[in-house]
Amino acid sequence: MSSRAAWRLESLGFTSVFFYHPGKLDWVSAGLPVEGTAAGIPNLGTVARRDVATCRLSDEISAIKARMMSDPTGPCPVVNDQRIVLGLVRSDAIKADGTRTAEEVMISGPVTFRPNAALEEIDRYLTDHKIGHAVVTTSEGELIGLASADDVHRRHAELAAP
Amino acid sequence: MPTPIDRSRLREMLQASAQLVEVLPRREYDEEHLPGAISIPLRELNRTTTSQLDKSRPVITYCYDYQ
Repeated sequence: MSSRAAWRLESLGFTSVFFYHPGKLDWVSAGLPVEGTAAGIPNLGTVARRDVATCRLSDEISAIKARMMSDPTGPCPVVNDQRIVLGLVRSDAIKADGTRTAEEVMISGPVTFRPNAALEEIDRYLTDHKIGHAVVTTSEGELIGLASADDVHRRHAELAAP
Repeated sequence: MPTPIDRSRLREMLQASAQLVEVLPRREYDEEHLPGAISIPLRELNRTTTSQLDKSRPVITYCYDYQ
């Protein structure tokens, strides 16, 4: 849409036209400020922890275990060089043989959420599906962080309180 | 020919006084938009609505994501 709009502007006589293709979602995902009636209202992106431990497909469980013990945020997202989420190693998976790899024990293609999702919606989804953590990514699948169901519920309850 | 830019380039251009236009429907703009952006929904882009823009300065359009 931004590309079509840029071409339309050019057709109207504008000679220096650019389009920010990643759009508003990319801006919000980076935690940059916005304006508007919804600005400042906490959403999933504001609850998510961004400095989470990650691993690669070929990482062995023994190495992942050490990483997860030092940062017990929850599961360990499996990412590639572009930080695209390929899978998720849950905390119970690190009980496996230490020589097995993340690729062998991960959940492939985990459900992911966008950072601007409303806490009410995510709280309900995580509760209904008994999911302990929300994996937060950009629309292209790049990891932003993890939000625990407890944190989402607590923050949502604070917002809902009179 | 319009040029695609990333977030880093966008921020540089905004500091250099480029104009920013959100082309999503007005309701979405009202809820949340990038600082300093003006709203001209795609379907309303015409000579009248764009007359508020300065043709001598760069203009950057954006929407929600890679739509």
